[in-house]
Amino acid sequence: MSMNNQGRPTSAGAAAENTDFESFSGHKGLRLAEPLIFELGSTETTGVDVPEVGKFEMAIGGLERTSEIGCPGLPEPDAVRHYTRLSRRNYGIDMGVFPLGSCTMKHNPRLNEKMARLPGFGDIHPLQPKSTVRGAMQLMDELSHWLCTLTGMPAVALSPKAGAHGELCGVMAIRSALEARGDAREVILCPESAHGTNPATAAFCGYKVKAIPAKDNGRVDLEALKGALDDTVAAVMLTNPNTCGLFENEIRDIADAIHAAGAFFYCDGANFNAIMGKARPGDLGVDAMHFNLHKTFSTPHGGGGPGSGPVVFSDALKAHVPVPFVVKTDEGFDLVEDADDKSMGRLVAYHGQMGMYVRALSYMLSHGSDGIRQAAEDAVLNANYVLASLGDVMTASFDGPCMHEALFDDRFLKDTGVTTLDFAKAMIDEGYHPMTMYFPLVVHGAMLIEPTESESKFNMDQFIASMRGLALEAKAGNVDRFNGAPYHAPWKRLDETQAARNPVLRYSPEE
Amino acid sequence: MRYLPLTATDRQAMLDKIGVRHIDELFKDIPSDVLNPEIDLPRFKSEMEVERYLSRMAAKNTAAGSVPFFVGAGAYKHHVPATVDHMIQRGEFLTAYTPYQPEIAQGTLQYIFEFQTQVAQLTGMDVANASMYDGSTGCSEAVMMARRVTRKKKAILAGSLHAHYASVVATTTQFTDDVIERLAPNPADPEAELQAAIDAIDADTSCVVFQNPGVFGSVLDLKPLAEKAHENKALLIVVVTEVMSLGLIESPGEMGADIVVGEGQSIGNGLNFGGPYLGLFATNQKFVRQMPGRLCGETVDADGKRGFVLTLSTREQHIRREKATSNICTNSGLCALAFTIHMTLLGEKGLRGVSLANHKAAVDLRDALKTVDGVEVLNSTFFNELSVKLSKDAATVVDALADKGILAGVPASRLYPGEGLDDVLILAATETVTADDISALVAGLKEVL
Amino acid sequence: MLKFTEEHEWLEVEGEIATVGITDYAQNALGDVVFVELPEVGATYEKGDEVSVVESVKAASEVYAPLAGEIVEVNEALEGEPGLVNSAAMDAGWFFKIKIADAGELDDMMDETAYAEFIEGLD
Repeated sequence: MSMNNQGRPTSAGAAAENTDFESFSGHKGLRLAEPLIFELGSTETTGVDVPEVGKFEMAIGGLERTSEIGCPGLPEPDAVRHYTRLSRRNYGIDMGVFPLGSCTMKHNPRLNEKMARLPGFGDIHPLQPKSTVRGAMQLMDELSHWLCTLTGMPAVALSPKAGAHGELCGVMAIRSALEARGDAREVILCPESAHGTNPATAAFCGYKVKAIPAKDNGRVDLEALKGALDDTVAAVMLTNPNTCGLFENEIRDIADAIHAAGAFFYCDGANFNAIMGKARPGDLGVDAMHFNLHKTFSTPHGGGGPGSGPVVFSDALKAHVPVPFVVKTDEGFDLVEDADDKSMGRLVAYHGQMGMYVRALSYMLSHGSDGIRQAAEDAVLNANYVLASLGDVMTASFDGPCMHEALFDDRFLKDTGVTTLDFAKAMIDEGYHPMTMYFPLVVHGAMLIEPTESESKFNMDQFIASMRGLALEAKAGNVDRFNGAPYHAPWKRLDETQAARNPVLRYSPEE
Repeated sequence: MRYLPLTATDRQAMLDKIGVRHIDELFKDIPSDVLNPEIDLPRFKSEMEVERYLSRMAAKNTAAGSVPFFVGAGAYKHHVPATVDHMIQRGEFLTAYTPYQPEIAQGTLQYIFEFQTQVAQLTGMDVANASMYDGSTGCSEAVMMARRVTRKKKAILAGSLHAHYASVVATTTQFTDDVIERLAPNPADPEAELQAAIDAIDADTSCVVFQNPGVFGSVLDLKPLAEKAHENKALLIVVVTEVMSLGLIESPGEMGADIVVGEGQSIGNGLNFGGPYLGLFATNQKFVRQMPGRLCGETVDADGKRGFVLTLSTREQHIRREKATSNICTNSGLCALAFTIHMTLLGEKGLRGVSLANHKAAVDLRDALKTVDGVEVLNSTFFNELSVKLSKDAATVVDALADKGILAGVPASRLYPGEGLDDVLILAATETVTADDISALVAGLKEVL
Repeated sequence: MLKFTEEHEWLEVEGEIATVGITDYAQNALGDVVFVELPEVGATYEKGDEVSVVESVKAASEVYAPLAGEIVEVNEALEGEPGLVNSAAMDAGWFFKIKIADAGELDDMMDETAYAEFIEGLD
């Protein structure tokens, strides 16, 4: 043979024993360590081309910044590495099931990102002459039309920047309406299961908050509500489906009772994903409802925003919508920017979250009325599949069916030494972001699971099998798997006590 | 449908497991007469169809990058490096949630910590939060924070404050017993605007809100304002709508600000017709517990490894409910990421250089405008934005120039209708403005005036 | 004399001054205490007024005036070491001392045995 020396070992070899060493670099294979930019860069380094400007006489009144700013720069290759490495420590919807109840972690379509970045949408200024942004006004008008039609309500305010901001808008409209009819009232009623933004918003608008009790079936106690409704009540804030994942079946009686007392019905629309295309809040007696475009309409959560919280209004409230809003004219569209004396005024500079409107409309156009209905049905189907598949090993808080989310509590963990928190952290080792925990407050150790319509049956089955396995492990007394979890995540449990007792909120060079 | 993975077979199997025949049995709590309404909206569209439809709509708008562009007044066109938009679209950033499970969110948490530090450094303050929705809502939150700190109710809004910001403060406080004193804008005499703010402060004042550079572009030394405020146990809130200015001008912290509110859009984020934007909020250590918004803090994990978590959450709505410092739930996460990436690429050196280029562009603009009859430059100081008085109605001039393909700025009447400022035009010149742009503007003005 | 309220506050009464804190049961339910907002010395309160707030990472609880009076001293040690409320709730983790306005308000309060029975009934 002609001799060839290129042979090398190509089989897997014997099982490796020694995995317990520290690397020299601090990295662990693909798990790359990454310090803070302040530990990497310097104030003399930059990753952009600094324009050459030459000498000229400045006109800043002698107020030149002479002190050091301190922000470090990194050259582009290092900057890209820094953020790439950071990104790899995050879980996202793109990684796997994200069953966070009340958050609707559905797939974020990439078409939406492409559309939002069209220069005609992304590179236009809010205060350009209106003749140069007719397409933008058209988009806002079309989104308004979709939101109003899906809810059966006559008016919408697009400008609130997030769900909580939308709640503020809704409650302000209610207060404006009451003051306009000379009937100032002091109280807002919220269920104990309400999201914290509800009472916070009510207090913000000067209302006292009183709780409405729930019945054993997890729904508002209609008789108790009627008892609490008097002429001091300005509004009732309900979420429907509620935060226990249940539809308030007595909703029309509730709405009638509210209106009979001269009050308004505010609906927190965070859970609209369960009923879009299936029912319209306008048919149920709602006076105002906010959307979370970043939940129901797939605009990305982005690690904590930006959101968008448009609000639909009934006839009784529509006079009080904030500026600005789009109107149709003979020439096309116009933007009304100056408030008349009925409008509540202006809630935000400029016109709202246009970037999110484009994404939401792209989602709506892609689904269509038929797709939207199918999405709600699939979301509810997936949640009920979870409920039906885990109800024997975990404790569902209420009898089914549920809507788009299934609520469990920690009764099944009683005497195991495993808490809801431990159980959630063990889910991380299984490769899942935990479900919403300890919310709503009305059950002990709540676990709220919302799969959304984006999950295939395969994903659901795998998720259910993991949850089943964990529940059985807990009951079998294998506390170690839970008490120190997560073991496989890039970080172990973090010391939140220390962070709160000795807050360190920035890097300081003296550190 | 491309986003809905369940097949008919899957659905049937799942309904069987649940024990129902038809999906509507799961919707049985909805009154039957309102279930499955007739919805008069278009049906499903393919990706290609959606793209065609929305592209046609977008094409009806004039993009800032396609014409000579001088529009500012609180939102600015800057060059954002290509890296920024690529990085924020990584799925681990884009599709992540608020970092409530810190073990699997250290990416988000570390960049928030870095962002908070950069904002504190830029503003010259001790601490910053993880961002607000935008500058205007941040401004309103700052006024409410001042009330909590000083326990007084009167807020003074200086004439230099952007009209939209002042409106937001007024709207948000309309049902409380806050007293909001709005001072008139005075583009011709910014020193008088400052003096009016100083004179308005008294022992009942909770805070004075001053924008610097002001809405008409002027840059002032706010130390006398800070002194008067502090003498009267009031807080100075400085608003910065053009964060790029912090690379050239003395920081609000050095001028004596107690709270700094900023609009961070200029760094990392595009114009986007007004949103999503990025509220910056910074203050001094002693006020930390009164700050609204999310905060990220440093800590260690069970192995002693440095990590980060959201902290001081007891101020927030999900814990304090009706006693929260604010009702805010979300921040502007991805916009903060874009800001921090851009800021890391710039570094101090790059920021100073780009800021200087902004000012140079505005100086060139001023020099060119001085040659045009019918244009009177009002500012003696400015960063990248200045105001002029025209011999004709500014809105009419702007519309005429728009027809010629030039976006000449914001007529003051758009922000201050009916306040006698119809002949005032606000123009911005950032590092994106070229000599050709300025020539085109000058030529256009000469034709129209 | 040691007294307890149904809001899980304890009072150690010496003459006209009562030292007030939260009970061991309460600190355990709250979790690691990270911050205590204390009242101002010299401030006066009615029974049931909100006097202080005790914060853990995940919760914030109001502490109410168990009886009417004037605050004469607050526990400054809690500023640097809020964890004292967890480790020594019944002594070094005290919150404030109040000059009692009406000693009659003590009559309805529980003694140690009664409080122990009370918390047993809660679980």
